[in-house]
Amino acid sequence: MRNPPSAAAASTTTVDIQQVSVVYPAAEHTVTALDKVSLTIHEGEFVSLIGPSGCGKTTLLRVIADLEQVTSGNVRVNGLTPQEARLARSYGYVFQAPALFPWRTVLANVCLPLEIHGIEKDAARRTALQHLERVGLKGFEGKYPWQLSGGMQQRVSIARALGFEPKLLMMDEPFGALDEITRDRLNEQLLRLWERERRTVVFVTHSIPEAVFLSSRIVVMSPRPGRIVDVIESDLPADRTLDIRDTAQFTDIAHRVRVALREGHGEH
Amino acid sequence: MASTEAVAPRAPIAPGAASSIDAAWARIGPVLAVLAILIALWYAAAVGLNAAQVIERTLSSQPGWGFADLVKLTLSMDRPVLPAPHQIALDLFDSVFGWPLDSPRNLLFHAAVTSSATLLGFVMGTALGALLAVAIVHSRTLERSLFPWVIASQTVPVLAIAPIVIVILGSLGLTGVFPKAIISMYLCFFPVAVALVKGLRSPGVLELELLRTYAASKKHTFWKVRVPASLPFLFPSLRVGIAAGLVGAIVGELPTGAQAGLGARLLTGSYYGNTVQIWSALVMSALLGLALTGCVALAERLLTPGGKR
Repeated sequence: MRNPPSAAAASTTTVDIQQVSVVYPAAEHTVTALDKVSLTIHEGEFVSLIGPSGCGKTTLLRVIADLEQVTSGNVRVNGLTPQEARLARSYGYVFQAPALFPWRTVLANVCLPLEIHGIEKDAARRTALQHLERVGLKGFEGKYPWQLSGGMQQRVSIARALGFEPKLLMMDEPFGALDEITRDRLNEQLLRLWERERRTVVFVTHSIPEAVFLSSRIVVMSPRPGRIVDVIESDLPADRTLDIRDTAQFTDIAHRVRVALREGHGEH
Repeated sequence: MASTEAVAPRAPIAPGAASSIDAAWARIGPVLAVLAILIALWYAAAVGLNAAQVIERTLSSQPGWGFADLVKLTLSMDRPVLPAPHQIALDLFDSVFGWPLDSPRNLLFHAAVTSSATLLGFVMGTALGALLAVAIVHSRTLERSLFPWVIASQTVPVLAIAPIVIVILGSLGLTGVFPKAIISMYLCFFPVAVALVKGLRSPGVLELELLRTYAASKKHTFWKVRVPASLPFLFPSLRVGIAAGLVGAIVGELPTGAQAGLGARLLTGSYYGNTVQIWSALVMSALLGLALTGCVALAERLLTPGGKR
């Protein structure tokens, strides 16, 4: 394993997944979404789960978030079960769609989790404004979601997930529905955010450049049954910009990811 | 971070005064055209339908009468088969402005009686509908046991229910506004219940999972997601509900011995063959219906945040 972002962070395990299987029983044949998957994610890492559709990357993320139950195996999030971790509100989750509520303004949308967590109104407002500013949406707090572009909506949902300062941020193809130009810019913004705050990020994608650009570790998965075929360390410099995609270092890592993806597929 | 993504310019650019008048005409013009055609047809129908009576009673004794005489007489009968629009308008105007507000000859007095029953029934019906919807949404068992009854209730004609309700409540000493409000409620609760069930269930898997990641309680999910999500479903049903409630109140006034209310007015009009009175009561109830649904629409605009969806 490559040296994680800081030596101190290496010692702490945020997510520990041991021999996890998720099997959906069906009338004709059971579907094995995850087959004895093991993965350890350390504090401060940016881990991408990449693979073709049906490889279980989203299922794995949902298992960590307690949105999906494991059939067998063991999952620990901050030493707790996923359910305990969820009830302790220890993670933020960004879905593929922004899932903003149309009757709430941008600010009120970001305030929602804070309200639910019982944070006093003024404090919630201040925190929400601060997070909106961090994702570059200062001045848009009074707008309604339909007044924003898709990229801005997704940034609102990121601000909302960051609002209660979770140590762990999970993102399920958050930029999948956006055009490439917007996606590139949001990738860069997300990277800056991660550099600054060093939250642990688990990021699901099916874009190789996105995974390589963002991650400190890339977990390559393959379908039927869903499993991990390779884990690729990335040692790109922390202050990288989009230009790094033209360097040999970047293309080399991207190539390794591509090879792993192909091998995962080739076995079937 | 730069935020240069364009705001989708969905809000229309403020139009100039001239173009807003144009826009108003574009909207009202067709309505007025249809109205003009309807009035013309109405006059023609009045002449046609009243002609036989006029000829039999008056003109047959005046040899040499012309078409002009026929038209003049058919449009000024005391008890026409079909009164002309101006007769109805005059009767309406007379009754509203010619009598004090507390006089039973003033239609506004009757409108007030009917609308008080309607409003009370509307409030009770909305409350009942909301209660049923919440119960149905929260429990599959209640859904299975209640929903068929909710639907069956609407297949019983209100005309059959109304006298029963009036008689039973009357025997319990309840008269006046309350029995009518019950009938009004009976028609009101259904659209509200059905729409609210749909509205409370409208948040999708994604929204509910999002709330799950916040470890939100059932209470929070209900008040912060289900209820606001149901409002766009609720308001149209309230408009339907209040109009149905008005019908209920008027029907409820028919078997009460017809003391007061628009329904009573309709009934006395038909007792005495006073067609003009029937028609002006009819027009008044239509206006009342418009006013009530207008109030609900206004409330919708004031209470729905987020503007257009």
